[in-house]
Amino acid sequence: MTAETSSGNTSLLYRLFFDKELRSVTIQVITMALIIAFFFFIVSNAITNLETIGKGYSFDFLWDASNYDINQTLIEYDSRSPHWKAAVVGILNTLLVAVAGIILSTIVGFLLGVLRLSSNWLINRTVYVYIEYVRNVPVLLHILLVHGIIVNNLPVPKNAMMAFDGTLFLTNRGFYTPKPLFEPAMWAVLIAFVIGIAFTIWFKGYAKKIQDATGKIYPVLWISLGAILLFPIIVFFLAGMPLSWDYPLLQGFNFKGGLVLRPEFVALWIALSLYTAAFIAEIVRAGIQAISHGQTEAAFALGIKPSRTMQLIIIPQALRVIIPPLSSQYLNITKNSSLAIAIGYMDIVATIGGISLNQTGREMECMTIVLGIYLAFSLMISAFMNWYNKRMKLVER
Amino acid sequence: MSTELSHVVGEHPDLPPPVTEVGVIGWIRHNLFSSTSNIVITVLTLYLLYVIVPPMLNWLFLDAVFSADSRDDCRAIAEAAGDELGACWAFIGKRFEIFVYGFYPAEERWRVNISFVLMIAALIPVLFDNVPNRKQGLWFSLAAPVIICWLLIGGMGLTPVPTDKFGGFMLTLTIGVTGIVGSLPIGIALALGRQSHMPALRMVCVAFIEFIRGVPLITLLFVASTMLNYFLPPGTTFDLLLRVLIMVTLFSSAYIAEVIRGGLQAIPKGQIEAADSMGLKYWQSMRLIILPQALKISIPGIVNTFIGLYKDTTLVIIIGLFDPLGMGRASLADTKWQGLSTEIYVFVAIFFFVSCFSMARYSLYLEKKLHTGH
Repeated sequence: MTAETSSGNTSLLYRLFFDKELRSVTIQVITMALIIAFFFFIVSNAITNLETIGKGYSFDFLWDASNYDINQTLIEYDSRSPHWKAAVVGILNTLLVAVAGIILSTIVGFLLGVLRLSSNWLINRTVYVYIEYVRNVPVLLHILLVHGIIVNNLPVPKNAMMAFDGTLFLTNRGFYTPKPLFEPAMWAVLIAFVIGIAFTIWFKGYAKKIQDATGKIYPVLWISLGAILLFPIIVFFLAGMPLSWDYPLLQGFNFKGGLVLRPEFVALWIALSLYTAAFIAEIVRAGIQAISHGQTEAAFALGIKPSRTMQLIIIPQALRVIIPPLSSQYLNITKNSSLAIAIGYMDIVATIGGISLNQTGREMECMTIVLGIYLAFSLMISAFMNWYNKRMKLVER
Repeated sequence: MSTELSHVVGEHPDLPPPVTEVGVIGWIRHNLFSSTSNIVITVLTLYLLYVIVPPMLNWLFLDAVFSADSRDDCRAIAEAAGDELGACWAFIGKRFEIFVYGFYPAEERWRVNISFVLMIAALIPVLFDNVPNRKQGLWFSLAAPVIICWLLIGGMGLTPVPTDKFGGFMLTLTIGVTGIVGSLPIGIALALGRQSHMPALRMVCVAFIEFIRGVPLITLLFVASTMLNYFLPPGTTFDLLLRVLIMVTLFSSAYIAEVIRGGLQAIPKGQIEAADSMGLKYWQSMRLIILPQALKISIPGIVNTFIGLYKDTTLVIIIGLFDPLGMGRASLADTKWQGLSTEIYVFVAIFFFVSCFSMARYSLYLEKKLHTGH
């Protein structure tokens, strides 16, 4: 009896480590225990350390006045505004440069990717050299280089470089352009624009229905362009051009008025876009090359025009290959925008994670906010891209 | 008459191809001027190159000053020669040692040199499989990091050098190589964990990978430089460089894990089942069957991640370490050389281009070598 019990016990112990099923339970329990112990260790350390220096963990400081100015703000903000408002300004600045960068890098990247595939040897090689240069040099270096060129090599506002007949002034203090001033009647134009978009969406579905039923093809592109662009423009003129421009004027040592793009923003935007564009170009090239040439030949054999072949056969298939890596490039541009701090662009890391952190000494809380915001951005972009990817995915058996 | 009779009727010898179809002319015609749009593109590109390349070459070489004592000196020399103001490379030449060694004590710099030679020697057996005595070489590669670490930090007979003296290209290599060496095994472990059948293990790996990939490296470096002390037992201090090394390694291991996961998912399930039916245990089947195949297809992604990590070492200037970029910016404080930032950036850019481009080339070589398909 006793021998049997003991052998049962040893076998349980034995099985905990050598039986395949039970062993996995053992490993998991040990892993979880270690991780919980680790977190317990660091949290208790943090509590002790914070108590020793008399700091708690609270976000109350967010409602105190920030006492610092931010040179580029999309919402109203001054040094008496609370810290949370500084954080919002930072988030908006991050979003601004990320969105602008995504747009520019996509355009440049697709252009470079197509040129890289050109049968023209010269452009092909030139683009290759350019892409390899950009890809193999750190993005921080690009940002500093562009910033350095703007600040050191562009003229002072007094001898500003003029481009496009006085509508763009390039100076080392920033780029100045006239700022549009909207009058109330501008609402009509905006409404016309929205109506144009709504009409286009409806018309696309309608045209498809007609095409499925009768085979008749409407020029959807031209009609939607007319609805989205021409219609608001007509309304704009009918409303008596309710738009005036605030021109930048040279007063003293700098320009006054107008719309200013600060050198930090321009440097960050251009450097990030060009850097990411080089990666996007390679993605686009790989995507187009992944489509077998037989697809083009088959389309031609069916008598489809080259432009329609590209639009209906090649691009939809290439996009399937392009989108997943493209989405991670969009994530990268958002995360790389945090390098703004190197040139003093006031993004989220520079406001709440930089000046606010230094002024209040609340490292824990500030870094929690910054990390949380970036995680939220990343999750949102990847969720959107997953959704889009699913929509574009090949429906297989 | 005579030309007509030079051949037998019906057996006309082949004429040479038209001049416009072969040789240089043919090549130019086919590659540059084959259609109207091609002609337009060629002309535009030529114009663009004409606008960009000559001024660049002028600035880089022709108008550049290679030896001078200050920026004004550079300017004077350029003016005396009647050139426009080009690059002032004299600055780089004068500060070259600082760019390479940082603040490492001058009398101890031989240790950095030996470490560099050791690193190259340790890399050769790892990178190329046709070197003689590769097996012994690999044992050396395993031992080299310890020796290099001892050489750089000192102690045990050598004068200790605090890590805040590290700087310049030496710092870039230290961070880059440590990150690369450390992140591959951790990345493999994370990738296997993410594919594991054990939910708890999988959850931990997914949480870690997604967290790291969701935030920028710079915020993690800030965490390392400002917050890490709070999480350690009271009274402990932790070397800043070590913290950075750990953060950089963890950061890139999350990316490596995702790349390898892609490789693992591309291996057909039949491979695992075959390994199981042969009676191989988990680790055996992973080591002998799955990982060799998965790693092979992940090579481009792995090398890209390494290149990314290597480029990301520049970010350490933001938390106050002095890589070549930081060194250059710091030496700009010298009034003699003010305003020469472009020279520094171009110099550092060339360094990074050479190292990253050779890594990319090596990955192509490896892909070709391991390619076992048709």
